[in-house]
Formats: sequence, C-alpha cells, structure tokens
Amino acid sequence: MNVEVKLRVSNIEKSFPGVKALDKINFAVKKGTVHVLCGENGAGKSTLMKVINGIHKPDSGQILIDGQVVEISNPIQARSLGISMIFQELNYMPEMTIEESLFVGNWPKDKFGKVDWKEIRKRTLTLLEKEQLSYDPETKLKDLTVSDIQMLEILKAISYNSDIIIMDEPTSAITQKEVEVLFKKINELKARGTSIIYISHKMDEIFRIADEITVFRDGCVVDSRPKDAYDMETVITQMVGRKLESVFQKEDIKIGGTVLQVKGLTSDGKFDNVSFEVSEGEIVGFAGLMGAGRTEVMRVLFGLDPYQAGEITIKNKNVNIKNVKTSIDRKMVMLSEDRRRFGIIPVRSVRENVSLSSLRKFIYDGRLHPEVENQTVTDFCKKMNVKTPDYETSIEALSGGNQQKVVLAKWMVTNPDILILDEPTRGIDVGAKHEIYKLMTMLAKQGKALIMVSSELPELIMMCDKIYVMSKGKITGVLRREEFSQERIMAYATETISQEGVNQ
Amino acid sequence: MSKVNKQSLWTSIKSKYSIYFVLIVLFLVCWLANENFVSVENIKNISTQISVGTILAFGQTILIISGMLDLSSASVLALAGVLSVSVYKMTGSLLLAFVAAILVGVICNILNGLMVTRFKTPPFIATLAMMTIARGAALMYTNGQNIYQIGAYIKFGQGRILGMPTPVIFMVTLLVLTWYLLRHTVFGRSIYAIGGNEEAANASGINVNRIKMQAFIINGIFVGIAGVLFMSRVNGGMPNGAVGYEFKALTAAVIGGTSFSGGIGTASGTLAGAFIVGFLDNIMVLVGVNSYLQQIVRGAIIALAVIYDIWAKTKRTKRKLGSAEAK
Repeated sequence: MNVEVKLRVSNIEKSFPGVKALDKINFAVKKGTVHVLCGENGAGKSTLMKVINGIHKPDSGQILIDGQVVEISNPIQARSLGISMIFQELNYMPEMTIEESLFVGNWPKDKFGKVDWKEIRKRTLTLLEKEQLSYDPETKLKDLTVSDIQMLEILKAISYNSDIIIMDEPTSAITQKEVEVLFKKINELKARGTSIIYISHKMDEIFRIADEITVFRDGCVVDSRPKDAYDMETVITQMVGRKLESVFQKEDIKIGGTVLQVKGLTSDGKFDNVSFEVSEGEIVGFAGLMGAGRTEVMRVLFGLDPYQAGEITIKNKNVNIKNVKTSIDRKMVMLSEDRRRFGIIPVRSVRENVSLSSLRKFIYDGRLHPEVENQTVTDFCKKMNVKTPDYETSIEALSGGNQQKVVLAKWMVTNPDILILDEPTRGIDVGAKHEIYKLMTMLAKQGKALIMVSSELPELIMMCDKIYVMSKGKITGVLRREEFSQERIMAYATETISQEGVNQ
Repeated sequence: MSKVNKQSLWTSIKSKYSIYFVLIVLFLVCWLANENFVSVENIKNISTQISVGTILAFGQTILIISGMLDLSSASVLALAGVLSVSVYKMTGSLLLAFVAAILVGVICNILNGLMVTRFKTPPFIATLAMMTIARGAALMYTNGQNIYQIGAYIKFGQGRILGMPTPVIFMVTLLVLTWYLLRHTVFGRSIYAIGGNEEAANASGINVNRIKMQAFIINGIFVGIAGVLFMSRVNGGMPNGAVGYEFKALTAAVIGGTSFSGGIGTASGTLAGAFIVGFLDNIMVLVGVNSYLQQIVRGAIIALAVIYDIWAKTKRTKRKLGSAEAK
C-alpha cells in the first residue's frame, strides 16, 4: 500500500538550557492514518508536538506538509496550515457555552464588525448535527464531563477543517465506554483522510488504534514501523531501552485482621449506602466507570467532603471523620487522582512537600529542627526512590512519576495504617508505574491496608486481593481474586448483571 | 548532568539573593552620588522613616505569601492610632493605649478574616470594604479633628533606647518575629503551602481557614503597633493620617520578592525592599530631584520589580519544563 505522506519532520533539533530535548528527529505521518507516538515521560514526544504546533521553535530542521517546507511560529499559524492539537490537560473556560467555545478566537463577524451570534448558532447546529452529537449549544462547559469537552475539542478541530490532528493522551481521563466513542470518531476522521498523531502510554489502546507506531527515547526516535511489524513486548523494550517485565507479579501477602470497616456510607446526590471492609496487608480495588462515585466515596472517607449517614470503624473504633486532620490522626491518608490540584505545592521544594503533613515531627520546643527534617525527608525519598537533584529543588521540576513518589513519601512520613490511592499511576510512564506497584507491595507487606481506585482494569486485576465495583453511586458487585476478569468487572460496572446481597 | 546542576544552583542563588545585591549596589551608588548619604544619623533617619511602612509590610508579606493581601491596613492603622491616643488622654496609661491599638487592629482583622474564611469574599474586596469602614470610623470618632497635646505618648515613636530610635527597634523586633513565624512554626509552613496550592494544603491536613484567620490576626497586631508609632511620630491623633501607606507596604513586599501568586516571600526580602525604597526617596531629596519626578521614579521601580519577578519566574519554569520534558 502506497499512501502519500501528509506531514514530515526532518532533522528537527531542539535544546533547552542544559538539555537536548530533541536530537535529529525524523518521522512521517501518512494521509488518513493514525500514527502513535510512544515513549516514557520526558522522551520528547510532547516537545516535538509543541514544535509542530508552533509553541516551541526548533533550533534546526524542517517541517514539511504535503511536501512543502513550512514555517510554523505559533498555534494560530499551525491551525491555518490544518494542524490542530488536543492537549492532555484540557484548558477550558468553565463559564463558556458550547457555541462560544467552538468559535473562541475565531468568531464570525457581521458587516459592522460585531460578533455574529446567529451565524455562530447556525454553524454550531450544523456541526453538531453533522457529527451526530446531541448537545445544546447553550450548555456551559462546566456542566459537561471531561470526555464531552474532549469531544468538543475534536469538533473544534473538525470545524477548522484540520487535516492533521494531534491528540496528547486523550484517554487519560475518560472511561472505557467513552474511549469507544473516541475511537469511533477517530476512525471516521481517518476515513475522511485526516491524519492523526496519537500520543499514549496505554499499550492495549495503541495496538487497537495505530496504523503506525514510532517509539521515542531520550529525545531520539528509536524506531518507526507499521503496527503489524510490532508487538507489545518490542514497544516496551524499545521505550525503556531495557527488558522490562510487562506484567508485574503480585506477591502472596498474609492478610490480617480488619482495619477499616465502612457501613452504609451515604452522601446525598453522590453515593448511597456504600459498605466495604479492608484488612491488614490487603489491597482492595475499586472499579467502575467514571462518575460511578468511587472518588466521591474516598473523598468523604478522607474528610474532604461531608457525609449524611453511615458508620466508619477504624481498628474496631467508631470514628467521626470531620476533616482531613481527623483521618490523618486516625492514620488514614489519601493519594489524590488529581496530583496537580490536590497533591503538590508547586512553588515549594521537595523537602517542604514531603514534610507538609507531619510538621509537628520537626517543629517542637518552639523551633524547627532542620537536621531532623532533612534526615526524615532523605530517608523517605530514598525509600520511595525519588529521583531529584536535591531536596531543595522545587517539586514542579520533577517528572510526573517522581512527583507522585514525593506525595507518597509525604504520606509515609505520617506512618499511616490505611492508604487510599486514587488512580496512583495516572499519567506516569511504564517504569514509574512499576515502581509504584513495587511500593504498594512493600506497604502491604508491612501490614498496611491499601485501597486502590483505578480505571485501568488490568492494573486492578494484577494488584488487588478483592475488587468492589461501583455504578451510579452504589456498590454493584464484589469479586475475590479467583473471580477476577475484565468482563465480569465491566458487567457489574455497567449493571448488565447484578449481585445479590452485596450491601449486607 | 553535573553541569546542569551547577547552572541551576547558580541561577537559584542569583534569584534568591538578587534583591540584596540590588540593595548593596543602590547603597554604593547613593554613596557616590552624595556625600551626606552615608552618615550614622542619615541611615538612622532613613530607618526611622521607613519603620511604620515596613511594619505594615511584614503583615502584608505574611498575607501575600498565603495568597491574600490587606488593603485596609493604613485605614485600620489610623483608627487604631486615634483610639489609642484618646485612650491615653483619658487614662494617662501608655500601656493601656498600646493595648487598645493592638485590640482595634486585631478586631478589624478578625472581621477581615471572617469575611474571607466564612463568607468566601476575595481578600481584595473584603479588605477594600474594611479600608473604607475603618477610615470612616476614625473620622467619625474624632469628628474629623486631629487630637493634639498627646504628652508622653510621643515616647513610642520619638524616643531612643541606647541611641537607637524606638521605631527602628520595633521594626527590627517585628522583623525577627516575622522571620521566626515563617521559618520556625507550623503556622509559617502552612502559610507557604496555602499560598502555593490551597486545595493541596487542605488535602494535606492543614486547617486552611484557621491559618488564614491567624494570618489576619497577626497582621492586626502589626497594624496596631504601626498605628501607635505613626501617631506618636506625628505628635497627634490624626484620623486622616497614613493615607496610602497600605501601598507603601505592598510596594516593599513586592520589591522584596514576595510573589503575588502566593507561596513565595521572606521577611528579610521585604526589609530589603523597604530599604530600597527608603534609600531612593532619601537620595532623591538629597540631590534635589523634583518631588513630582520622585513619584514617577517610585512608580517605575514598582513596575520594574514586578516585571523582574515575572520574568525570573517564567525563565525558571521554562528551564524546568525544558529539563523535565527532555530528561
């Protein structure tokens, strides 16, 4: 099959002070295909995409569209050349309506130079109809789900008549069902001749959607082949540059007495009558589609949100969780799904981030004891294998995986009995994921009780001893390890089957 | 890799201590510009002049680090000052007068704090309201008249202890107190965390509302003390006094490297910022710069300081983004 090349980059180089981000990058995207880029965080994929989108200026090299050399100096220019980018972290204005957001920066004007709202409405409706989406143009973005907003971004790209669409980890925040919708859309776009550059960490997705795959490592292209010439093992090996066990082996850990018991927990409008138990050394999973109420349950349990009914028992003691402080005092901590929002203090150092929840350990007798603090921070960062030049470096300079380890270190300093991990591996690379799994195993071995909320079923199946499945604010099923299968979990999550007696 | 580290170490030293470097250079330039600049008396003079504004600036520093600010500080200063003077005239007790000022400062700031924590008013709006209320209250209480003949009350602001002007002693004491609070207490660490990322601070077990309230209360104490010093220095209870001092204080904090985006700032930086403004004002008078031009220069300095702050920050983030992406 000989398809024409839509976009080609040749010998692109880009350096940031002190580091070479891209080193003589060559690759080509064919018309009407999906080209997947993989690589660990920091391999240079996003930097290259920013070069193509005009956000970064390359030091040398060329970009060719349809065989013509083009100069792209900003995203608006990129758009006029038919390139649209859908960012990993969606930036949107929550107060905007759908129609406003579709035309932001590109409003049609009438003959007086005034924004032509009638025209906007007309075009929005045509677009929505053409793409068979049933949104009301006046809905505000804040009332939509993440995947809806993503769909709108795609719609926007279509409305600009883009024939190259870059998607940076589009599935990192959406559920399996929504992934299907996205993939359907991608296939439609392909059929129209649009080229798609797709960045992802998720192997199963990559192999479903890709026509071609290019692997990045340390700012270089390692290899680029059609999908059929690749297998998962090869991609992973090329990504990390070493042989990595693609499946983590769960160890057998002795499960002790019940540590946490939740009975009939209810938060009006969010979830209803949720009951579960976690024991020492046990890893308990929570599966479900996005919006099933898993994160909401954990937030209540951790004291971030109030609850209306239910009993929480920790080590046979009835506790009333009023705020985060009470749950930390009861030795229960939570790693949030949204690290940037609830996990890190970006402008402060690694040291301050680690000690934040245990300040009383270092500040006593009326003063700070820096030597105690430094020692503790060093110890825990080493245990968590945090890679940082030093502990005074500000945390935002670290990669996502290392930031996650710092947040975990912060919680470990409080010496918790119960750890709630909400999407602990979201947005971090394969290598760091394995380290997180290893740390979880280590913690379970120490007799800690772990709760893991995850949207990645393989991960839950691999790590957990027991999985609770939620749907629409209720627990719809509970599975023991020997009963685990993706199909069964999905069946409970979508309530195609129901299990009796779960909530007793 | 080691080269990268060395580079970033040097940049971090540069960005950390640049303000003191600026201060020293300015000092040397002033020295060369006018022979009268460097003398014990002139330096004492400058220090005394900046003391009231700097004390307000320490309170602002704490608030700005935590992502807030106080527009009401000069008005509350005036209210606390006139009430304090009048308590002294009624009772003849310096101690009671001093306590009264602090009490007024604290009460006004508890109201600020309640508006911010309980009713979720943005600090800008809450303290803007308090700015107008407190000034109005000061004017109403005094019927718009200055209170004269304040007797021994002038000791607070015009006395000397071991040759040191009392306002300077207050300023240095509060500098040490602010430094201690920021560096050595749970409160201080919490302030930085809240300003850096309020939601993450809350999710780390910090009682955000309580800490914000404490920040306002401490600010109130500083404002009260500043009120006593100000009235004592001007020989009277002046309800219209210290107008614009809240901006003097904000200026010192911002020039001193306190970031309006929150999470960054130090007490010593603010002091350096205050001295930079103080030196400039002084040298402009000494070399006879037109007083209108002085204002323009002062404004330009603020603009430069903020531009530098933002520039340094984007440079820092860019470098970090670069190294984080390309590692």
